[in-house]
Amino acid sequence: MSLKSKSISSKSSLNEDERLKKISPLRVLLNRPELGALGGSILVFIFFGIVAGDTGMFSAYGMLNFLDVSANLGIIAIAAAMLMIGGEFDLSIGSMIGFAGICIAIPAIYWGWPLWMSIVFAFAMAVLVGYFNGLMVVKTGLPSFIVTLAMLFILRGLTLAITRLITGRTQVPGLRVLIEDDPLAWLFATDTFKWLFTWLGSLKLIELRTDGTPLATGIPPSVIWFIALTLFATWILMKTRYGNWIFASGGDKVGATNVGVPVGRVKISLFIGTAVASTIFACIQVLDAGSADTMRGTLKELEAIAAAVVGGCLLTGGYGSAIGAAFGAIIFGTVSMGIFYTDVDTDWFKVFLGAMMLIAVVFNNYIRKKVTESK
Amino acid sequence: MSDYLVQFNNISKFFGKVIALKDVTMRLKKGEIMCLLGDNGAGKSTLIKTLAGVHKPDEGEIIFEDNKIVFDSPKDALDIGIGTVYQDLALVPLMSVTRNFFMGREPQKGIPFLKTFDVEKANKIAADRMGQIGIDVRDPSQAVGTMSGGERQCLAISRAIYFGAKVLVLDEPTSALGVHQASMVLKYIVKAASEGLAVILITHNVHHAYPVGNSFTVLNRGKSMGTFQKKDISREKLLSMMAGGEELDKLEVELQEMDRIHNKN
Repeated sequence: MSLKSKSISSKSSLNEDERLKKISPLRVLLNRPELGALGGSILVFIFFGIVAGDTGMFSAYGMLNFLDVSANLGIIAIAAAMLMIGGEFDLSIGSMIGFAGICIAIPAIYWGWPLWMSIVFAFAMAVLVGYFNGLMVVKTGLPSFIVTLAMLFILRGLTLAITRLITGRTQVPGLRVLIEDDPLAWLFATDTFKWLFTWLGSLKLIELRTDGTPLATGIPPSVIWFIALTLFATWILMKTRYGNWIFASGGDKVGATNVGVPVGRVKISLFIGTAVASTIFACIQVLDAGSADTMRGTLKELEAIAAAVVGGCLLTGGYGSAIGAAFGAIIFGTVSMGIFYTDVDTDWFKVFLGAMMLIAVVFNNYIRKKVTESK
Repeated sequence: MSDYLVQFNNISKFFGKVIALKDVTMRLKKGEIMCLLGDNGAGKSTLIKTLAGVHKPDEGEIIFEDNKIVFDSPKDALDIGIGTVYQDLALVPLMSVTRNFFMGREPQKGIPFLKTFDVEKANKIAADRMGQIGIDVRDPSQAVGTMSGGERQCLAISRAIYFGAKVLVLDEPTSALGVHQASMVLKYIVKAASEGLAVILITHNVHHAYPVGNSFTVLNRGKSMGTFQKKDISREKLLSMMAGGEELDKLEVELQEMDRIHNKN
């Protein structure tokens, strides 16, 4: 018993021995996953501000243009980021976009379904595809890279084969007339804050057409979805129990299972999330273009993953943020549009994309070492 | 009502033809630290997994607070109060102290369907709990990766106790630690026992086990070589029992010789 009392009384010496180094506020900030992408976005804006500041890129119309592109990419990048934090990949995002597109267009045009029903159908198919991806990964233990690569081919092939079988073509046009009065389609096809633009136009604060109406007519639906999804994903990751499970599942699958986290269910739900996000992307683009194309979304999965990585997600899982992925998407969207306003040939965009991702991965790797290293 | 909090009576476990455990008996009272000693391959891992509810014993019975218990899953063991801290600790280095502490059992607040993870409450509890064992977590949102091995071990133990463990099963808690860190963990184990927990400390390090243990069970090739109270057995006897080792006796002599030389200088 003397041993016990001694050990308790020696607690104070424990305090002295455990030297804890002070961490500066800067280090705390550096440890945030989204910092790199935030800094990158600022740099990109400064760069184009200098190079293309007087070209109309930063007019209301120009800004909405690159925001629209960023937002579209952002919608899938956020879902991809959440899945990556959960420790998995989804390479079937791009194919799912094409597949969701024809799931909307074919029933609506060829089978006479109301548009809203086709949209619901597309989302139901997305849940099925996501569930299947997740189930395969969780049950077989195969790398998600392989499972979803297979799904990439299967879905793209199905999209092409079914469309050609039913329509004899690879495009399904004619959706635009169906949007009006549809109870669901407006969610993906309405510009908002039109009054604001009309008002700004009347004050001559933004560019006008020759007939006096503003050139930029409203905030596109993609931007609203993008902002809403960023906030929603961030809330989930930071503020809910499920968010903690996502980090845990990606950080240490075995450990998380041992303390009672339902890792399998978490991962399956995240795969459903990427498929559903792909379908939101498809709805917005298909309704905007008025037609579905079997090749829509090609290579989008890689852009989404690139944006997530630039946004601070680790390829090994367990670390990252939705806000980071959102900024990653803004960087890519801004550069891909901004490059038109400069003298630089647009062919260079992909070079930039690759270089940016490489820098991000090196940076992330360094951050991870900093975060995990022992004293 | 027996004196024992938990009894593992005549536990046997077979994997096909392999007898992994045979007739292992361990009985613990509240506040007792029993050290389970055995060399590699003695069956320690199998025994831990049986205690934790991962494996079902093929023979024998588990009696907890005078009730016979059958575990169907690790969750059953957790629910009645057998908390197992595995060697890998089930901690995620990239996640914060708080997020690790409450992993899988996050406190929630708010209205149904919009419940949020009560981070403030969780931070406070985690910091309090770590403070009680003398680890000053200034910022419970710091990553576990920044903590020392001993601190991580203490965090994992503290978590098991917070979530209602009455019997703590610790798998090699000091094996990866230096002397100083190991002593910090051992002190915490003694403190936990003094507060009424029964502790099963699994180790192959007699020098860590002997100072803190009240009783010692030696496992050799799947069989228990008996349980001994501290007063009945010496550290040297335990060591030689573990590996049946003249080899270790020799080593001991050599070590003493080295000690002698060291002390002379």
